[in-house]
Amino acid sequence: MDMQILKELTELNGVSGNEEAVRDYIKNRITPYTDGIYVDALGNLIAYKKGKSSNIKVMLSAHMDEVGFMVTGYTDTGLLKFTNIGGVDERILPGKAVLVGKDNIPGVISAKAIHLQEKEKFKRNWKMKNLYIDIGAEKKEEAEKVAPLGEYIAFKSEFQEFGKNCVKAKALDDRVGCAILMEALKETYDFNLYACFTVQEEIGLRGAETAAYTVKPDIALVFEGTTCSDVPETDKHLHSTRLGKGAVITIIDGSSYADKDLVNYIYNIAKDKNIPVQFKETATGGNDAGKIQRTRAGVKVAIISVPCRYIHSPVSLMAKSDFESAMKLAVETLKDMSSNGDNLKKLLKEDK
Amino acid sequence: MEIKSILKELTKENGASGYEHNVSQILANHLRKYCDDVQVDKLGSVIGRKKGSNPSRKILITAHYDEIGLLVTSIDKEGFIRFTKIGGIDPKILLATEVVIHGKNSIPGVIGAKPPHLLSPEDRNKTMGLQDLYIDTGMNYEEITQYVSIGDYITFKPVSLELKSNYFSSKALDNRCSFASMLVALEELKNLKHECDIYFAATVQEEIGLTGGITVSYNIDPDMAIVVDVCHGDMPDVPKEVTFPCGKGPAIAVGPVLNKKFTNKLIDKAKYENIKYQIDVEPGGTGTEAWATQVSRCGIPTVLISIPLRYMHTAVETLNITDLTETGKLIARFAASLTDEDFEKKEEIPAWICKF
Amino acid sequence: MYELLNRLTQTFGVSGNEEPIRELIINEIKDKVDEIKTDALGNLIALKKGNADAQNHKKFMIAAHMDEIGVIATHIDDKGYIRFSNIGGVSPYTSIGQKVEFKNGITGVVSYEQKLDDIKNLKLSKMYIDIGTKSREETEKFVKIGDTACFCGSFVKQGDFAISKAMDNRAGCAVATEVINILSKTGTDNDIYFVFTVQEELGLRGAKTAAYQIMPDYAIAVDVTRTGDTPESHIMEVKLGEGPAIKIKDSSILCHPAVKSLLEAAAKRANIPYQYEILEGGGTDVGAIHTTGGGVPSGAVSIPTRYIHSPTEMISLKDLENAAKLVAEAVR
Repeated sequence: MDMQILKELTELNGVSGNEEAVRDYIKNRITPYTDGIYVDALGNLIAYKKGKSSNIKVMLSAHMDEVGFMVTGYTDTGLLKFTNIGGVDERILPGKAVLVGKDNIPGVISAKAIHLQEKEKFKRNWKMKNLYIDIGAEKKEEAEKVAPLGEYIAFKSEFQEFGKNCVKAKALDDRVGCAILMEALKETYDFNLYACFTVQEEIGLRGAETAAYTVKPDIALVFEGTTCSDVPETDKHLHSTRLGKGAVITIIDGSSYADKDLVNYIYNIAKDKNIPVQFKETATGGNDAGKIQRTRAGVKVAIISVPCRYIHSPVSLMAKSDFESAMKLAVETLKDMSSNGDNLKKLLKEDK
Repeated sequence: MEIKSILKELTKENGASGYEHNVSQILANHLRKYCDDVQVDKLGSVIGRKKGSNPSRKILITAHYDEIGLLVTSIDKEGFIRFTKIGGIDPKILLATEVVIHGKNSIPGVIGAKPPHLLSPEDRNKTMGLQDLYIDTGMNYEEITQYVSIGDYITFKPVSLELKSNYFSSKALDNRCSFASMLVALEELKNLKHECDIYFAATVQEEIGLTGGITVSYNIDPDMAIVVDVCHGDMPDVPKEVTFPCGKGPAIAVGPVLNKKFTNKLIDKAKYENIKYQIDVEPGGTGTEAWATQVSRCGIPTVLISIPLRYMHTAVETLNITDLTETGKLIARFAASLTDEDFEKKEEIPAWICKF
Repeated sequence: MYELLNRLTQTFGVSGNEEPIRELIINEIKDKVDEIKTDALGNLIALKKGNADAQNHKKFMIAAHMDEIGVIATHIDDKGYIRFSNIGGVSPYTSIGQKVEFKNGITGVVSYEQKLDDIKNLKLSKMYIDIGTKSREETEKFVKIGDTACFCGSFVKQGDFAISKAMDNRAGCAVATEVINILSKTGTDNDIYFVFTVQEELGLRGAKTAAYQIMPDYAIAVDVTRTGDTPESHIMEVKLGEGPAIKIKDSSILCHPAVKSLLEAAAKRANIPYQYEILEGGGTDVGAIHTTGGGVPSGAVSIPTRYIHSPTEMISLKDLENAAKLVAEAVR
């Protein structure tokens, strides 16, 4: 499978609230395939593809943003103080490379040398409030000039083929979803398609709330990079998903209960087409579906994800085959919805 | 305009979240002096509109006017009153505080607890919880129940103090001081031309869930929103990144929730007008109505301006009045400067999306 | 009313799986309302039309959630044991030794890993459901990942008290149904939308989308609330059998004074005993409804209930009847 698009997507920086680079990239690529493109007040990129005959509206959603940091202050010696945007595990921070601001100024997160740490403190994990970012500035004024208060900071990490079947990258959550939406836009469907590349998912599902209000869909499919906990010392029944076992369908999580008929429908398509598929086996976490489902009069939602180990870190790991399965499942589902209009109508039934 | 007397008038009134009705008419009367029309909506938010020369654009300026408070949950056989809180209150500040219970009459009370010499050494070191506290009105059960019943709300006794160097202290400055800054802005606007319709909204129930912010922004459906609230003033022992020196001007917030384009315009305007300002880095929710306005309907570009305030959510909230007046000035000049050009072109909104 | 309550409480309807309970309610009310529909999320919305020409004609929404708490199968191990997650607020301690019943009627027993060092560390992730099978394959014949089960708790009537699972909130559903009965006799000036909402236990989800469709002038939720009348309980001035409670505040809403007064006036007019409710922790449907659109003045009538979110929730039937009378009097 060609990984070029995903590579390019993950190497762009788009911390929540600062998605321009990702948005511009996607916009340029998809424009030839759409019947209209709209960027809303929050920065959501909404691509429209007119249906051949039906008036039903299907919304696809994937978020463009990733977790990262923001400059909050300086030391007199020109180091940056920072805070997180979105959920970041503090334990992973010391000694990581980052990129600051639009010009991608390189920096490193401080890590006090092992020799300099007191015995008692050595045993404890670092806290973000005690860490700094060093961009090589020597004075506060110098740092202020290139990294003003509120400047965005992203993890630095190259996309890399890993082992036999894996890739390592940052921001797989949720550039995998973005890549799937970009692919889906290449086809034309019977129904109206709205591909929404949303902003600010990581700080509270912000973009999806207004995008769904704007689109007013009948049905929505959310594409995500999801947690994968099939790692040592974890009980089997707490493995949320498993690497290499296929596309993930979510039944329930902390933010939404997927529409049961829609879940069955997608699962059966996977089985029919021999696409590897697994259910998410924990009920925690959340994503854009939570807001979309509760928009206006309510929307039926389902979530298809790619398992990603070490999510929200610069070294997320994913199996290429899972990405391929999720992509296939998306394409086949949309194809079936398009060619078997009755299936779609059945899914939308409302008893009057 | 006598700011101190206006602040005294505004903070003297009692309007805990959900019980703002005592204050709404006073605010409405103030707004009527400047606005073309004023209404109080279903939940109690007070909204004044000042018409501009191009009514196709709407700017919404919001400042919540509810205050934190307490609520009577039970009255025991001796007449002592137990209570819960409305909004975020630190139980540790409550002991020996004077309050007013708003029952059939306004009843003064003091907050008491078991005296220290009766506490065991361990208990003396324990932090105070709401369950340890009660209100004493000096009345017995029969007397107090004539005036007070379960569900009556309670506010701090209003005492306002003029401190040195233009500092002012009172309860409920969070967020009536922002309403006062709106009045400063309205006064300024008398001498400024403005293109957009400007809505000045004093909103309800911010402290218990941004209710007024959610509903007012939905109702007005503006082209952009300016939220005015308070931020933490500087104090010893608190990290500099989350506090702002008093007297150094309003704090302008930057972060994902705030619209970049309008925030930059606001900063440029402050520079141009020589208004001192500070930058408030908000990586997440902001703790203000901006969180609600941003995602109302199809999304509303929002900016946030905050007045530094010390000892937030106590009976002695303290601010520097210059910060308040500078905030008002900045709001007015910024709002007046916005023209049709600054907003999304209406003809560029495609027909295939639902803007209604 | 208790016969209806018996059937309502014993019917399956874990959040997100409200089909059986919805069916039962539809059959109960369909001939007594003017319009009835099920929406995209599964809310049942029934309209009882008023007199559009009446003075002060208003649109009321009465919300009673029909979902109940339960569990969902998340993993089946090699030996056939089912691991599960909670749907809504499920206490691990209350769950020990309970029977659960899946939608298809299969019964299981809830237990926990014996190696657990200290019961204080008990979490749902250390617990499992045993349906008496020997292998994953055998279990999968009956239960699949994603299947939900409710707790078993039979209906018992003893004097004025009734005990059952799912009083939260089939008691509210019984009240709403009874209000429809009363209004069928008395008639009403106002348009009244009865909404049996879904997924309240997962965060007031159904109520939000239902309110958007209706955009009512006023909303009243009917739900259960805790009491402060058991030994050494937290201070709360609500007692079983002392009448329905007019809600003042919970963590989802501070009720609108206009709706509170409306309910007080109705209670006084019809001579119905009532109490005031201030619930610390916990919310109800109006929490989501009151911020809908430009704002909906809202309140709630609560049925005092002991042991909420256990299979032995206890209410007073007198309170239940009075709640129905109170709501009917207030909205009509």
